[in-house]
Amino acid sequence: MRLGLLLVAGVGYLLPAALSSYQTFEFTQVFIYAVALLGLNILIGYNGQFSLGHGAFYAIGAYTTAIMTTRWDIPYGWAIIAAGALSLVVGFLFGLPALRFEGLYLALATFALALATPQVLKYFDTWTGGSQGIVLDKPSVPLGLPISADQYLYYLSLTVLVILLLLAHNLLRGRAGRAITAIRDNPIAAEAMGVNAALYKSLTFGVSAMYTGIAGALGALAVAFVAPDTFSAFLSINFLVGSVVGGVASISGAIFGGAFIEFVPTYAQEISRAAPWAIFGLTLIIFMYVMPTGVAGLIRRVAAALARSMASEQPAPDSQTAAAEAAEGNRGSARAVLGKPD
Amino acid sequence: MPRPEKQLAILRRIAVFALGVALSLGLACKSAWAQDPGVTATEIKVGNTAPYSGPASAYGTILKAAGAYFKKVNDEGGINGRKINFISYDDSYSPPKTYEMTRKLVEQDHVLLDFGPLGTPCNTAIWKYMNQHQVPQLFVYTGASKWGDPKGHPWTMGWQPTYHAEAVIWAHYILGHIPGAKIGILYQNDDYGKDYLSGVKDGLGSAASKLIIKEQTYEVTDPTIDSQIVNLKSSGANVFINITTPKFAAMAIRKAYEIGWRPTQFLNFVSASVGTVLKPAGFQASKGIISGYFLKDPSDPRWANDPAVKEYLAFMRKYYPDGNPNDLFNVSGYSCAQTMVYVLKQCGNDLSRANIMRRAANIKNLELPMMLAGILINTSPTDFYPIEQFQLARFDGQRYELFGQVYAAVSSHQK
Repeated sequence: MRLGLLLVAGVGYLLPAALSSYQTFEFTQVFIYAVALLGLNILIGYNGQFSLGHGAFYAIGAYTTAIMTTRWDIPYGWAIIAAGALSLVVGFLFGLPALRFEGLYLALATFALALATPQVLKYFDTWTGGSQGIVLDKPSVPLGLPISADQYLYYLSLTVLVILLLLAHNLLRGRAGRAITAIRDNPIAAEAMGVNAALYKSLTFGVSAMYTGIAGALGALAVAFVAPDTFSAFLSINFLVGSVVGGVASISGAIFGGAFIEFVPTYAQEISRAAPWAIFGLTLIIFMYVMPTGVAGLIRRVAAALARSMASEQPAPDSQTAAAEAAEGNRGSARAVLGKPD
Repeated sequence: MPRPEKQLAILRRIAVFALGVALSLGLACKSAWAQDPGVTATEIKVGNTAPYSGPASAYGTILKAAGAYFKKVNDEGGINGRKINFISYDDSYSPPKTYEMTRKLVEQDHVLLDFGPLGTPCNTAIWKYMNQHQVPQLFVYTGASKWGDPKGHPWTMGWQPTYHAEAVIWAHYILGHIPGAKIGILYQNDDYGKDYLSGVKDGLGSAASKLIIKEQTYEVTDPTIDSQIVNLKSSGANVFINITTPKFAAMAIRKAYEIGWRPTQFLNFVSASVGTVLKPAGFQASKGIISGYFLKDPSDPRWANDPAVKEYLAFMRKYYPDGNPNDLFNVSGYSCAQTMVYVLKQCGNDLSRANIMRRAANIKNLELPMMLAGILINTSPTDFYPIEQFQLARFDGQRYELFGQVYAAVSSHQK
């Protein structure tokens, strides 16, 4: 994991040198989606709660940033933090009543949130600018750094992603993480062990919303415009698609999922102008067929197989294999949560 | 395993190195372009974004018709020997997608200009970008009046008459033909509705406060607008200006008829469709409604022998057989593409972005075959509103009958 993270960060920081400004923007979007998906993965993959409404938190983050930077002239750095904090609070509060819902019912409750978002945004038009939206100023490059505004946004998003990846990693490795996954695997046993399931579920919902809210804040800065039509229910569904394709019970899966929802619709359009969504759907089916546990799951499986074959050559089993096998176990239980056949 | 502090130090070193590399490459790549991109001896690249999927996909047909027209032009030899390569991407009516696709068009496909991007929020998302990069955002498909801003946004121009212009024309008609008018207005409480409302007020001028006796609003989320209609009736209004989207338009017409209110009704162009609004409202209830038109309706029998309509129908059969020829959206896409072709032809061999904007801002009395007689396209360096005229039509219980003169909104809406 650490090695992988270092690799991602290293490649990520070097990449803009080889990219056109449009491609730089595309990768910025991948990182932003990855942050949002990370939040969804913590919720679905590690805690076993569903959400079809994370587009709403993305909208909260985006509008918080838009309103704070344009109306109140607050620097965007603070706006990103405020967006995360507000999403955390709203997510936590939404998590409280959502405790009563399990599985599919929670999915429907959150879907209602996704459906309501654009209309709510249009209703409060004195704040949100109604259907016209709000035009933001792109953050200018600080300290006179010799990079373009696109590259700056790229580095900003990448840095936020790396920080949040580390945070998620530490959270899930620790005591809280064990409680979160224990609730997913067996809520009754977890409660018997003294885990406050209600509190942890709401907290997980809040943290998950915070991640997606921060992504929304970055998204608003990258596009420099927010409008209700951006935050349709389709956005939430897209998040779920990215999360599952990338690998729902993994941290690194968020990056693959982000790349999927950024690139596949565009390339589908290049293959067929007439039916891009049919191509998208076909790609999705192939992905799910070939990699039922997502891209991250496939990589883990290949790594585990490699480690095993190496272990059979060298008699002493190393810690790598044990770790890979533990990861395998994690993945298995996530699959059980999703109700997917092996 | 490396310790976290060490990791951070490594990260920092990588970041500094990356910045250095990015800087040197960035400087090396900055060379001036002699000719604007998108033009070769045989090709002109024209970009576009439109909703071919998603909630607003009904509008997609406009750009399909426009693309079909470019194909016809290419088959007939192109523009001064150059073929139009029309690259149109689906944005699903999602502004960030529009922004992304537009950047792809400009930075990766290297189009010469962006023609007819559709939707008010979508165009707002790319407004700044296009003007910063000085790429023409020409003949945008939206009725908002903010697109005619030559000073602040010299690279953006609308095409169709604005909501504001349409409302000004109603006002002029009311002042000239309805003595003793007492006006009641129902409008959607958003930018679209307010654009119309300000048009009515500007058109009435100083008489506005006296003639408008009641204003009612509704939210898109409202289930019904019955109480608003009852309020308008009880105000004693004898003119009803109906600024609503199709669903609400049908409800308003129906309710007014049911409660026995018989004012002179003006219905905005957005909801003028016979099939989707007047039919569900009831033909009897819709009788007498006045709407504005600027294009020939191919289904109107008065044009059965009109050569321009015949040519249009032949075009639809050959180049866009899947499209509905009676759909006014297709007539509109066809006419808008003709305007684009006209501007490109005017440019001759100087196909620079600056020259295209110059030509687009100097159209004098251009008549297009599918526009009503007397409606002309005029622009100037200070007037970025190509079409500002309407002819009114009254619904006779079966179809709209054109009547009276062509009205112009005399650019009074230049804010």
